[in-house]
Amino acid sequence: MENKNKKNRRDFLTKAGTLALGGIALSTFIGESLIAKPRPTSGSILEFTRVEDLLSGPYENVKLRMQDDVRRSMKKPIEKRKWGMAIDMRKCIGCNACTVACISENVLPPGVVYRPVMKEEVGSYPNVSLINRPRPCMQCQDPPCVDVCPVGATFKRKDGIVEINYDHCIGCRYCLTACPYEARVFDFGEYYTENTPEIMPYESRPSFEYGSKWPRKEGDSPIGNARKCTFCEHRLADGLLPQCVTTCIGGANYFGDLNEPDHLINKMINRDNVTIFKEEEGTSPKVFYLR
Amino acid sequence: MKKVFYVLWAIAFLFGAFAVYQKFIYGDQLVNFGSRVVWGLWVAMYIYFIGLSAGAFLLSSLVYVFKMKIFEKLGKLALITALITLICALLSIWFDLGHQWRFYEVFTTPNLPSSMMAWMIWLYTAYFILLVVETLLAFRIDGGKLSETRRVRKQRTLQILASFGIPLAIAFHGGVGALFGVIASNPIWHSALTPIVFLVGAILSGCALLTMVFVFLWKDKTSIDYRQITFLLGRIVLVALLFDELLEWSELSIAMWLGSPTHIAGFKEMLFGHYWYVFWILHILLGVIVPVVIFLVKPRKPKWIGLASLLVVFTFLGVRLNIVIPGLVTPKIHGEAAAFISKRLLYSYTPSLQEWLVGVFIVAFGIALFYLGDRYLKLTNPHN
Repeated sequence: MENKNKKNRRDFLTKAGTLALGGIALSTFIGESLIAKPRPTSGSILEFTRVEDLLSGPYENVKLRMQDDVRRSMKKPIEKRKWGMAIDMRKCIGCNACTVACISENVLPPGVVYRPVMKEEVGSYPNVSLINRPRPCMQCQDPPCVDVCPVGATFKRKDGIVEINYDHCIGCRYCLTACPYEARVFDFGEYYTENTPEIMPYESRPSFEYGSKWPRKEGDSPIGNARKCTFCEHRLADGLLPQCVTTCIGGANYFGDLNEPDHLINKMINRDNVTIFKEEEGTSPKVFYLR
Repeated sequence: MKKVFYVLWAIAFLFGAFAVYQKFIYGDQLVNFGSRVVWGLWVAMYIYFIGLSAGAFLLSSLVYVFKMKIFEKLGKLALITALITLICALLSIWFDLGHQWRFYEVFTTPNLPSSMMAWMIWLYTAYFILLVVETLLAFRIDGGKLSETRRVRKQRTLQILASFGIPLAIAFHGGVGALFGVIASNPIWHSALTPIVFLVGAILSGCALLTMVFVFLWKDKTSIDYRQITFLLGRIVLVALLFDELLEWSELSIAMWLGSPTHIAGFKEMLFGHYWYVFWILHILLGVIVPVVIFLVKPRKPKWIGLASLLVVFTFLGVRLNIVIPGLVTPKIHGEAAAFISKRLLYSYTPSLQEWLVGVFIVAFGIALFYLGDRYLKLTNPHN
C-alpha cells in the first residue's frame, strides 16, 4: 500500500516536471517568435502611434523628449512661451492616474479636483463605446473666467497660463459660473482625514502652486479661494513636465510650447484628427483632443 | 401678541447669530452649495433683498421726483425700507464670500470695465451713498427746524438727488441682472430679458413689500387716505405682477417651444425637477394666481390687499431661488457628474441648516432695524 503510494507520487512528480519544463520551453519559443516579428510600420492598425517615429536622435522616450522641449523653452523669456497640451483620447484608458497624481502634487482637499476624467458613453446598446476625456483647465486664449473676476485676481500670464492670485481672490465664485468647461472649483477647507483621530500631515503640507508655498491653515488661502489646474507651472519652472503628463501610463498626453514648431506637441496637433472641446464657446483652448 | 413676536424674534436672532458665528469659525465647511451649484440660498437672498431695495426706492421717487401728493406720507417709509433691505442684501452677499475680510478689494482693485460684478458693486455703492444722503435730507426737511427759504432750497436739492437716483437704481439693479445675463455658458441666464426681468421683479417685490408694511403697520387706519393709498398701491403691484408674468411667459415659451435640449435643461429642472413645487405652488399658485384674484376681487379692501402683497413678497424668494439654482444644477459637460464623486461636485442643492439660520439672522436683523427706525423716526405714525 505504502509502496504503491510512493510510486504514484514519483510518477506524478516526473510527469508534472516534464510538463512544466515543456511548457516553459514552449512559451519561450512562442515568446521569442513574437518578439522577433517585425514591427508593422505603415498601413497597419498601429499607424496612429507613429509618435515613436517622431523620436529621433537621443530621444528614446516620448516623455524625456517632451521634458527636453520644456527645458529648452524655459530658457526663453516668458512672453515667448505658449504652453499647450494635447490629449489622445484613443490612448486614454480612463484609469484616473492623472487625476490622482494631480491631487497628490497639488495637495488637493476633498471636492477639489483639477483633472477629472469624463466618461462619455457613445451610441446605444449593443452598439456602444466609451470615450474617456481627461479635463484639465483649458488655459483658454480668451478666458471668460478672467473677464468676470470683480477684483482682477485671475489673469492670463504672458505664457498663456491662466493664474489665480490666491492672496487676492475674495471667493465670490463668479468665475466658477463663467467657465464653460467647469474647470474651476472652490476650496471649502475640508480634509479627507476629517473626523478621524488626527488630520494627517500629508493633507496640510504645502502645495507649491504658482511658485509659492501654500500650507493648509484654517481660513488661509487657498482655502476659500477658486482653484484650478495650473499646467503644473511650478514644475515647468524646474524643467519638469506637468504631473499628469509624467504619470500617464498610456502616454496619452503631449505637452510643450506651441510657439516652437519642432516641439512634439506641434507635430501632434497639426493634424486632421485634432478636435477642440466645445469649440462653439469661442474661448480658444490651449488643450487639444486627438481622436 | 407682541410678546409672542418678541420671543420669536429673540429665538430667531439667537439661532441666527450662532450660525453666523459658525460661518466665521468654520468658513464654508457647513454650507451645502459646492463647486457645481456654486451659489445657493445666500445669493438668492442677496438678489431678493437688493430687488426689494431698488423697488422701494423707485416707489419713493413718486414722492421725491414726481411729487405725487397722495404718496407723500410714504416717502420716508420707502427710503428707510430701501436702506434696510439694501443692508440685508449686502450682509447676505458678504456672508457668501469665501474671504469676507477681503471685500474692500472690490473698491481698491476693481476689474473694470470687463467684470459685470465690479460694475454692480460700484453702482450699488453709489446708490448706497445717494440713498443715505437722500434719507438724511428728507428727514431734515420734515424736521421743522428750517426756515422757509432753506426748506425750499433743500427740497430742490432732494428732488435733483432723487432724480439721479432713478437711473442709478435702474442701472444698479439692471446690473445685478446683467451679472447673470452675461454668463454665456449658462443658457438660462444668458438672455437679453434677464436684466429686465430683474428690474420688473424689483418693482413688483419692492412695491408689494411697502404695500404690506403700509397696510399692516400704518397707525392711522381710519383716514380716507389710507384706503386710497392702499387701493393705488394694490393697482401698482397688480400691474407689475402681470407684466412680470408676461416676461416670464416670454422667457419660458421662447426657450421651450422648440428648445434644444441643452438650452432648456435648466428650465425643465425648474418646472418638472426636484423642486417643481417652488415654481408651481409657491410661485404660480401662491405668488401669482391667488394675489391676482384678490387684487381683482377685493381692490378696495386694505386687509386683502395687504394679504395679497404679503403673498407676493414672501413667495418672491422662491422666484429668486429659481433664477439661481436651476441654472446651476444641470451639468455643462456630458459625463461630468460621474467623473469625480464628491459632495462638493453634486448637481443638486438643498440649503443646509446653517445656511437657513444665517438667512434667518439677516431677516431678524432687518426686522430689528425697521423696528428701531419706526420707533424713533415715526415712520408709520408721522404726525404724532
